[in-house]
Amino acid sequence: MLYAILCYNSEDVVYSWTKEEDDAVMARLDVVHQKLAKQGRLGPAVRLLPTTSAATFRKEPPLVIDGPFAETKEQLLGFYVVDCEDLDAALDVARELAVANPGTGAYEVRPTSIYLPGVIK
Amino acid sequence: MTDITWIDAALTSARPQAVGALLRYFRDLDTAEEAYQDACLKALKNWPTNGPPRDPAAWLIMVGRNAALDGVRKRSKQQALPPEEQISNLDDAEDSLADRLDNADYRDDVLRLLFICCHPDLPATQQVALALRIVSGLSVRQIARAFLVSEAAMEQRITRAKAKVAGAGVAFATPGAIERSERLAAVAAMVYLIFNEGYSAGVDANDERAALAEEAIRLARLLLRLFQADPEIMGLTALLLLQHSRSAARFDADGAAVLLEDQDRSLWNRKLIAEGLALMDKAMRHRQPGAYQIQAAIAALHARARSFDETDWTQIDNLYASLEQLQPSPIVTLNRSVIVARLKGAEVALEMIGPLATRLSTYFHFHGARGAFLLQLGRNDEARVAFDHAIALANTSAEAAHIRQHLDRLTNDGAGGARPSVVKA
Repeated sequence: MLYAILCYNSEDVVYSWTKEEDDAVMARLDVVHQKLAKQGRLGPAVRLLPTTSAATFRKEPPLVIDGPFAETKEQLLGFYVVDCEDLDAALDVARELAVANPGTGAYEVRPTSIYLPGVIK
Repeated sequence: MTDITWIDAALTSARPQAVGALLRYFRDLDTAEEAYQDACLKALKNWPTNGPPRDPAAWLIMVGRNAALDGVRKRSKQQALPPEEQISNLDDAEDSLADRLDNADYRDDVLRLLFICCHPDLPATQQVALALRIVSGLSVRQIARAFLVSEAAMEQRITRAKAKVAGAGVAFATPGAIERSERLAAVAAMVYLIFNEGYSAGVDANDERAALAEEAIRLARLLLRLFQADPEIMGLTALLLLQHSRSAARFDADGAAVLLEDQDRSLWNRKLIAEGLALMDKAMRHRQPGAYQIQAAIAALHARARSFDETDWTQIDNLYASLEQLQPSPIVTLNRSVIVARLKGAEVALEMIGPLATRLSTYFHFHGARGAFLLQLGRNDEARVAFDHAIALANTSAEAAHIRQHLDRLTNDGAGGARPSVVKA
């Protein structure tokens, strides 16, 4: 089963990290990424630019709005697609990510229904 | 990240909202800051065990407010509030407070906190120092080091500045639309000042000073989150991101400034550029041009050019022309002259900056650019005089070193070949 692991955190907090702190978190996360990749379980992984760079297109009435769709305390800052046996296995991945990147925020584990790998290298 | 690191980041990021709200409650900066400090101490005790609260700012506001009220009550020998461990475990209380503090309140609180630092009687450096202390929460020691003064001198400066803003009587009522946009413009200018303190510092500056550029970007992103649809705040943020993206390429190993045309563009930070360009795309859709957007558009053209020679100079000249119209200033004309020299030759550029001589007589970049134009025209003796003026006015050793290169070349081969530097592209 393919699971999306959605990374939520307070943008205020993440963008208060110094470059050194950010690099350290990314290095620790990369250990988890490498492990999943070696097991052939890691799909696309995306880190988003801050929500301030987002624009939202509303369908009815068709309207472009500055900012993200949802105003939330924690923001969607990135996501993974990971191949997992079941929910427990997916939660294990989330747990490992949380050890690498502790503190505020959460990982939402969400099973997927359609997965198109796309063509972008 | 250790416990302390993430708590630190959470406290730093919540600070503007928390101190801003506490200021609204207590209408006194010192009380608000003390209340926030108290709340931080409690957070350091409470969060490692209980985990971070869902909304750190709301937690700090509530605990800070109770701590300050508690202090008042103790002094007046009335009944104290229940201990904060009890309060902070009541998730419901936290959520309801967070709900009451809706976005609009937060927005005006943060804006007010920044705005009181922009008091017109305060010189620019004091505005910056005050904002770094109150809004960013830098220690007096850090700020003193950034400005190369003693801690005692900075402490005194900040105390005086605080006394001045305390006497200014800032309105605490919810601002109207016009007042809000005036506040926003003043605050945007101050954020730009903070950035420039860091940006103009050069590679020989200490870390504290260089970090000001990043702090300014953090504040700009914060403003943009509060005013998501304001194209000038998009422009300001984009401008800072695009200028900062070049920081790794701006100085060589010896600390000398590297001109835009000589910079190794592979050192430019692509992530910052991507964010800056994305913000410009959004800003353009509003079709309300402003000074920050135009400057950011100029920076964006540099960022988009694969090489110096591929830069769209005509478009940059047009943008400078719009900027001159919108916000006439001798500095803008000076910057434009460097582009004009490239497009139409040094003689036209020299004519353009002639009328600026009186107003920019003490401005380093004026004499630097003038010297470079003269050098291009082979008027070496005049160029030497201009460079001598420039070197005497240099603000950093990198600036001085850059001019000295011109002078050395003049002495060595007496030939031209100097290129005008793009002052602040």
